[in-house]
Amino acid sequence: MKKDEYWASKLKELTLKESKINNAEYKKWEREIYSRWVKANKERKDSFKNTSGIELKPVYTHEDVQHIDPLHDIGYPGEYPFTRGVYPSMYRGRLWTMRMFSGFGAPEDTNKRLKYLLQHGETGLSIAFDMPTLYGYDADDPRSFGEVGRCGVNVTSLDDMKIIFDGIPLDQVSTSMTINAPAAVLMAMYIAVAEEQGVAPEKLRGTVQTDILKEYIAQKEWAFPPEAHLRIIRDMMVYSTRNMPLWNYISISGYHIREAGANAIQELSFTLADGFAYVDLGVNAGLPVDSFAPRLSFFFNCTMNFFEEIAKFRAARKIWATVMKEKYHAKDPRSMLLRFHTQTSGASLTWQQPMNNIIRTAIEALAAVLGGTQSLHTNSYDEAWALPTEKAARIALRTQQIIAEETGIPDVIDPLGGSYYLEWLTREMEKGFYRYMEKIEEAGGLLEAIKSGYIQREIANTAYETQKEIEDKERIIVGVNAYRIKEKKPIDILTIDERAQKLQIERVQRLKKTRNEADVKKSLEELREAFLDSKTNVMYPMIKAVKAKATLGEIMQVGREVYGPWAEPQLL
Amino acid sequence: MGRATVVVKNKSRNRKIRILVAKPGLDGHDRGALVLCRAFRDAGMEVIYAGLLPTPEQVARMAIDEDVDVVALSLLNGAHMTAFPRVKKMLEEYGGKDILVVGGGIIPDDDRVKLEKLGITGNYGPGTPLKTIIKHITDRVMRERWKIKKQT
Repeated sequence: MKKDEYWASKLKELTLKESKINNAEYKKWEREIYSRWVKANKERKDSFKNTSGIELKPVYTHEDVQHIDPLHDIGYPGEYPFTRGVYPSMYRGRLWTMRMFSGFGAPEDTNKRLKYLLQHGETGLSIAFDMPTLYGYDADDPRSFGEVGRCGVNVTSLDDMKIIFDGIPLDQVSTSMTINAPAAVLMAMYIAVAEEQGVAPEKLRGTVQTDILKEYIAQKEWAFPPEAHLRIIRDMMVYSTRNMPLWNYISISGYHIREAGANAIQELSFTLADGFAYVDLGVNAGLPVDSFAPRLSFFFNCTMNFFEEIAKFRAARKIWATVMKEKYHAKDPRSMLLRFHTQTSGASLTWQQPMNNIIRTAIEALAAVLGGTQSLHTNSYDEAWALPTEKAARIALRTQQIIAEETGIPDVIDPLGGSYYLEWLTREMEKGFYRYMEKIEEAGGLLEAIKSGYIQREIANTAYETQKEIEDKERIIVGVNAYRIKEKKPIDILTIDERAQKLQIERVQRLKKTRNEADVKKSLEELREAFLDSKTNVMYPMIKAVKAKATLGEIMQVGREVYGPWAEPQLL
Repeated sequence: MGRATVVVKNKSRNRKIRILVAKPGLDGHDRGALVLCRAFRDAGMEVIYAGLLPTPEQVARMAIDEDVDVVALSLLNGAHMTAFPRVKKMLEEYGGKDILVVGGGIIPDDDRVKLEKLGITGNYGPGTPLKTIIKHITDRVMRERWKIKKQT
């Protein structure tokens, strides 16, 4: 395959401007003031670096941003390249959506928690599913034993989805569902539940995560080989583009990539690389780029290195806009907008002294807001221990409300824009992205880089280096490798009712006795044919199958039979 | 970090600890498992990684086929109380009774006590130093599997 020279040329373009930098003033200060001082007063570290390994100067000045054009590189909010924000008025118009990820136990438990959060001022729903649902197994499958309802809510059939959204009018809320390998099935169920409520697909607002590429890279929740999943995603894109104008059928996710150990530049690079792969998928399916790109949205992590995170978000917006315009020739400005959800970092939370996690989450949430996020989930302090209690989830939501209502921060757009340090760092993140894209191109493109394990190994290497830094105390985590105390059961945690598994098994077994087996069989056969014929759109038989009460496991089993399993490349 | 080699002298020959690292369930969160694999290797052990999504039965079978000294289990999905004991039970059933089992992940205190009673030890949570985990495994293998009193 011909190598795409675009990425290399962008990197060249960015670095060329740096050669003209004149830093005489800084050099003078460094020589006459700083060096002398440091000689007498040793600094805390020999060198200061951020998580991406970028070495940081003691101070940044106007000289460090000479290569950055205030109008073309930074610009204004709501204007290309959108570095400062995707909307002209940002939070002055409407605050970010406070969207708390929740789900556990049986569908009834989750329905209750969703209603509780809506009552307390949450503005969008976000559903977490359990492991059997995420991998596409029914509650009564032997593989599901012990895992039903543990990490999220269990959905085995359409009946479960009906219970989750009971009493919640789907034309009035937006719902995000964190589901990937079986995303098409859950989307079909959501459409069917809405139909029963009398809500048409074109009215549905929300998101299914659907980002399978990051599953191979990081979270490792797949069902079929990559090509099979990509084909189903293509069908979801086409179906949604035609029938669900308000629906985000994919949320391109860096969250899990970061949690798996990536640094900020790796998260940025691999996530955007995934994003452009989905653009290619749509374009290759014959969709004009402006017909579908406005529906693509993103999901990033926000962890503790404050300025690095803010720079990451700003760089992401600029890169997306630039590449969509230059490489994909998008004309509609909405195709160039990188809209994103943020979740604070679960991996940054500590098991030790868990109340400290409230502070960590607040700092991360602040960085996400300063980075211009469209919606935000704040983690609860007890999540290194278990799924959150109601009290812990409420404090996490209150953290966002305090930032929104009491600090004045949302009143001015991109308030840190123009900071020498932040603008310089934003550019460094951008360069880091183009550097990685060149490497991915050399590895044969994104899919090849995933199949060979290159990207996974890059992340695993960073994870190991990070752990060694913690062990060597080069990186301090309060309460973990410094400032430790002896503690005995510091908090009360949520326990999952064992009833959920029993209830879900009984429910699916009852369903199998009462549904029309002939309908189920027929719908699954139709689905099999659609899986086998890549010219058919699988969404139509998928919706038919869930309405006939075929279970999630049965539907995914058809796919497993047609496509076979997937084995990860050797990573060690 | 603990780079001190844990190669110990058996009465007759030098031996390395053979360890199988596995996540016996529907759990793709492999960051910790992969970090441990490398740490164990850097500490001088022979490491076998089970790959993703094996069943407890497959893990037990693999442990016996690979003739390991110890199986290190990691789960972050809350299924440790069913999956860990199942691995232990299958080891006994397949004739690998003497293979040691250690665990780790998001394991509440009450569960830890129950697992210990079944002979599944360690059960370390997030933030545990690698040194601690390596020492626990090394001590246990020498004491219980190789019947060696002291590291030489």
